[in-house]
Amino acid sequence: MWRDNLRGVYYIALKDIRTYYLKPPAISWGLVFPVVWILAFYLRNPTGFEELIPGLIAMTILFSTTAAEAVVINFELRIGSLERLLLAPVSFSGVLLGKILGGAIFGFIMTTAVTVVSTSVFGLHPHIGSLVLFVILSVFTFSSLGAMISVSVKEVFEAQTLLNLPRFIMVFVSGVIYPVTAMPTGLQYFARVLPLTYAVSGIRQSLESNLSPAPLDALALVGFLALFMALAIRLFRRRFV
Amino acid sequence: MAAVIEVSNLTKDYGDTRAVDHISFEVGEGEVFGFLGPNGAGKTTTIRILTGLSRPTEGHARVLGYDIASEIVTAKRHIGVVPELSNLYDELSAMDNLLFMAGLYGVPRRERKVRALELLRTFGLYERRDSQFRTFSRGMKRALTIAAALIHNPRLLFLDEPTLGLDVVAARSLRALIGNLRHQGVTVFLTTHYLEEADMLCDRIAIVVKGRIVNTGTPQALKAIVQSEPVTEVTFERAIGGMIESLSRSLPGIRIVTVSDGTARFYGGITADILDAILHIARDNNVRIDSVNSLKPSLEDAFIKITGLAPTAMAVEKGGGKQNVA
Repeated sequence: MWRDNLRGVYYIALKDIRTYYLKPPAISWGLVFPVVWILAFYLRNPTGFEELIPGLIAMTILFSTTAAEAVVINFELRIGSLERLLLAPVSFSGVLLGKILGGAIFGFIMTTAVTVVSTSVFGLHPHIGSLVLFVILSVFTFSSLGAMISVSVKEVFEAQTLLNLPRFIMVFVSGVIYPVTAMPTGLQYFARVLPLTYAVSGIRQSLESNLSPAPLDALALVGFLALFMALAIRLFRRRFV
Repeated sequence: MAAVIEVSNLTKDYGDTRAVDHISFEVGEGEVFGFLGPNGAGKTTTIRILTGLSRPTEGHARVLGYDIASEIVTAKRHIGVVPELSNLYDELSAMDNLLFMAGLYGVPRRERKVRALELLRTFGLYERRDSQFRTFSRGMKRALTIAAALIHNPRLLFLDEPTLGLDVVAARSLRALIGNLRHQGVTVFLTTHYLEEADMLCDRIAIVVKGRIVNTGTPQALKAIVQSEPVTEVTFERAIGGMIESLSRSLPGIRIVTVSDGTARFYGGITADILDAILHIARDNNVRIDSVNSLKPSLEDAFIKITGLAPTAMAVEKGGGKQNVA
């Protein structure tokens, strides 16, 4: 049975990559939006831009993965073809993991592009192993968050709108633009329950090779990943049975 | 005959609404079994439960010997499902849709292409194999959806309203294809609200109304419920008002009903004896006979008698269109 599920995860992700990666909502929310933000920050104040790079990489992960999930899940929920996958010998978890993998790969591609360009332009020397670990952990965590929210609604635009709530809260509170430590104490506590805080922190430490690795940030992301995945699978199953 | 589907007391509630109400039935291997009923009778819900998309509120079912509550994922390796909506992927070509389904169901890599091409030929879509699904007509989409359900050589095929919304020609050719599956030993469970379709395709039919099975049997057995006596309908070249009395005298025990001036129906008796008497009297009265029909009850007659529903209840489709049985 696990072989059936693994095969299902693989073929569903592969099909989603071929079918949905070039869909307008994936490109606009997943690529154009973070790139426009990055350019806006850069053009406003090019000096000290390096400070913003970890946050902008994390933001790219957040937007690209969640946008991809809304597309791969809600396009199919709307036309009923998600049921087709559930009729195959694949469990509910297998189908949803395939969807999460499709979003994570989309996020990984976008993030790799943004990371390679920004680190080359600014001559950064990241700790590659640590950076890859945080990017991978983050793409799966936010892809799961995207899946969790997308399975709760039907239409792509509903999912994108609903996703904007956690997206914007995290962009402003999790240290993307403004360091968490410089925020009021209440907001600092709030930032600790947001996964993007740990992604930004982990990526920041990976980009600055003089800092020590961040096992606690990685552990926190693993915790969020497990939580979002479990909730997404639960909501997905409840939607059908 | 081994049971491929065994259903016992299956019930499904959606809030306060009972969609399926304690149904029990068995489907044997190689059988074409039809669920016939108006929209909202619980037909699709039953398929959803039997294919693991929905959990029953009460009752049990086994499909291919597997318990649907605990072993449905294993059972699904051998099940093909054609949902009511043709829901393949618009962005993929006909060929890629079939190859994706083959991969998903674990068809060995070297067999996938061969099998896909074979199905495309069978369903008359070979020439359009590289066209995107979105460019297909409704009939072609339906055909490819059925082909996709057969890609892994299933032992059991569920068809939910297979010809819904198709034009007459497409519906007829799909029925021929479904008929052919029987020869390949595939067990078919289909739902329909087309009486003629059920009559044409099914070995046995369960009539479902408001979530309950009200009768199960072969189309012949169901029709026999309506009529236990033979009916002979005779049309004469002109009005026969004056002959009725002599016909009644010559045919004691036979009920004679005039349908129109020149047409009468004879209920009961032996057809040969009735015809002898009619010919004799017609000759005496110098009246020629235009036609003689031995009337058989239709499944529609049976359906009306069994369910008490008007046939119009079946003619209304979900989209509001009319049926088009050829």
